[in-house]
Amino acid sequence: MEGAVVLLDFWPSMFGMRTRVALAEKQIKYEYKEEDLRNKSELLLQMNPVLKKIPVLIHNGKPVCESLIQVQYIDEVWNDRAPLLPSDPYKRATARFWADFVDKKIYDLGAKVWKTKGEEQETAKKEFIESLKLLEGELGDKTYFGGENLGFVDVALIPFYSWFYAYEKCGNFSIEAECPKLIAWAKRCMQKESVAKSLPDQEKVYEFLLQMKKIFGIE
Amino acid sequence: MYITPVKQEDLANNMAEEVKLFKTWSTPFGLRVVWALKLKGIEYESIDEDLSNKSALLLQYNPVYKKVPVLVHNGKPVSESLVILEYIDETWNQNPLLPEDPFERARQRFWAKFNEEKLLPTIMAIFTKEGKDREEAMAAWVENLKFVEEELKGKKFFGSEKIGLADLVFGWMANLIGIFEEVTGLKIVDERYPLLLAWMQEFYEHPVIKDTWPPHDKMIIKWQALYENYHPAK
Repeated sequence: MEGAVVLLDFWPSMFGMRTRVALAEKQIKYEYKEEDLRNKSELLLQMNPVLKKIPVLIHNGKPVCESLIQVQYIDEVWNDRAPLLPSDPYKRATARFWADFVDKKIYDLGAKVWKTKGEEQETAKKEFIESLKLLEGELGDKTYFGGENLGFVDVALIPFYSWFYAYEKCGNFSIEAECPKLIAWAKRCMQKESVAKSLPDQEKVYEFLLQMKKIFGIE
Repeated sequence: MYITPVKQEDLANNMAEEVKLFKTWSTPFGLRVVWALKLKGIEYESIDEDLSNKSALLLQYNPVYKKVPVLVHNGKPVSESLVILEYIDETWNQNPLLPEDPFERARQRFWAKFNEEKLLPTIMAIFTKEGKDREEAMAAWVENLKFVEEELKGKKFFGSEKIGLADLVFGWMANLIGIFEEVTGLKIVDERYPLLLAWMQEFYEHPVIKDTWPPHDKMIIKWQALYENYHPAK
């Protein structure tokens, strides 16, 4: 399992954050390389020729692409500590289902919240909150989605928390007012060093978003 | 021989299990699950849904998406075909769909995701759109196929030596490409992709797969009707 680990990433990427959290949970030393997405490095294009996207995890010179695939890879290689997926197949299926739900819903709906206005934005906000409420239901009374410790779904979802402030400012709403249990969960996650050091400051993300809006000509 | 024989004790275990699969007669997503169950020799009950009139059971088993396929194992439901495939592989260990090596597992998962998120939407765009939109979709499709062809170099299947998870996810291409070409009159996978064409043939005729395809005539009627919806005669 030893061998050089490199992560090609972009600091505000929720997907990159997932891999950072997984590496931190397993206490794996790695080299972090910041990519300029408007000027992608030769290494990135060589390691992910198909999608040309970050994050890319490079282990012993071999690339693994797509954040949830990277998290599973990390869990399988460094299987002697901090398991991210449970051992029971049905519980694993449940975790994969909800991580996939985060992928299908949260990113796109969140993007709609900051990219649109008026009716479209109101619909996006409503669907975004509905999706978060479904996740709250899955969390139930557990400390984390993974139970007593961070699990696959926690790692999949917590990066979006760093974008909540930006979504709230753009959409003029309070996520905590609608989903207090989820925010309480997020704050518990932020108490963990692996999460706190992997997520950027919410204000910084908001500033970044404002810059993106200017570039894309969105009001 | 592509299949490892199922052991007697595994058969005995299977008889104590209750496995149900909710699908439709034509869904390619449900078919993936059928293949996984057949490859592992698992007995199951098949329930074909009418999607215009979904059963109460289906809605109870998949309240989040209300879609097929749903696998119900001893009363516990699993939804989303890729999640179901991994569940099957982890629950029944014979004839594995994924190898032990984490890098190889990541490789197959990557291509499964690529198929879901790039190939499927692009083929649907080619099927449903017209004019410039269709041309753009075709261009994207050609780009994607180049990568797929490259990935098949030196391999018999996406799973390498034998059928793996990625092959089951790519499997829809082995019959639907032909059907789409018949219905649209377009050439969708041409001679520029000999490895892919060879894989499609191999998969289509595989002893475990070949009897599972939905009836060709019924499929033509279905897809012809859908095509006419999107391209009404002027």
